[in-house]
Amino acid sequence: MAFESFADFLEMGGHGLYVWLCYGLGLLTIVLSLLLPLQQGKSIKRDLVRRLRREERSA
Amino acid sequence: MATKWLPRWFFQLASPRWCYQFTGKLIPWFAVISITLMVIGTIWGLAFAPADYQQGNSFRIIYLHVPSAILAQSFYMLMALAGAIGLIWKMKVADMVAKSVAPIGAALAVLALLTGAIWGKPTWGSWWVWDARLTSMLVLLFLYLGVIALNSAIESETTAAQATAVLALVGLVNIPIIKYSVEWWNTLHQPATFKLTEKPAMPAEMWLPLLVMLIGFYTIFGLALMLRLRNEILVRERRASWVKELLTVKA
Repeated sequence: MAFESFADFLEMGGHGLYVWLCYGLGLLTIVLSLLLPLQQGKSIKRDLVRRLRREERSA
Repeated sequence: MATKWLPRWFFQLASPRWCYQFTGKLIPWFAVISITLMVIGTIWGLAFAPADYQQGNSFRIIYLHVPSAILAQSFYMLMALAGAIGLIWKMKVADMVAKSVAPIGAALAVLALLTGAIWGKPTWGSWWVWDARLTSMLVLLFLYLGVIALNSAIESETTAAQATAVLALVGLVNIPIIKYSVEWWNTLHQPATFKLTEKPAMPAEMWLPLLVMLIGFYTIFGLALMLRLRNEILVRERRASWVKELLTVKA
């Protein structure tokens, strides 16, 4: 461990704000990059299934 | 044809259906490996790597800054390469890869610029300087945004893919400028951490977690790319019988 205590770890030797802000942004980027296409995929499949049913009915 | 020397999988990749099934098999593996690497790399870099003797703990930003900057550039090269393959062989899947990778690359360029600015404040005393490395990275972001805007402005999928491929290929000239900017011009930015020909200048306790994070970034954003690509395949192949079968089985 590079730190004596958990408070030390949070403080990052006075650079806590910068370090934690960066890691927050990193987490946000990763979560959004995965969640957005997952949600988009769900709505695409839903729309396609709906269209398929409509075509079957009219056929 | 001059394509005889190309391996079989290259042509299999050209089939949207094969690509959809193949990425479906890869995704669970990429999910497990990428999350494991990211958790290990983050804990290692944040809590166990020693503080830098000059920069103190602000140096821990490197574990996000360097991987996001490297990926923003390699994803740009992937976008240009996929665009070129689409232009030459009229391969639809390559066009879809080029389109899917652009927003991820743009997000990574933003992350690299933001973490760089936040790191610059305590280290250089300024959020931003108009220095060669920073400016060429900003140009990279604008290239991504240009590609995305151009692609969405053209209605025909084929024309959009061709136009963006040409723009991506022209913008490729910026990649060596980013790489050598720290050598060609006087800059505040420090030189590369990893070089192919030399040992890293920092001790192993510092660069090992960086390597873990770099592979973690490649796999997790590779995962994001596969998810986007699969959506793109479904939309463009919606009239294909295999997509209809896939959806009726699921529903």
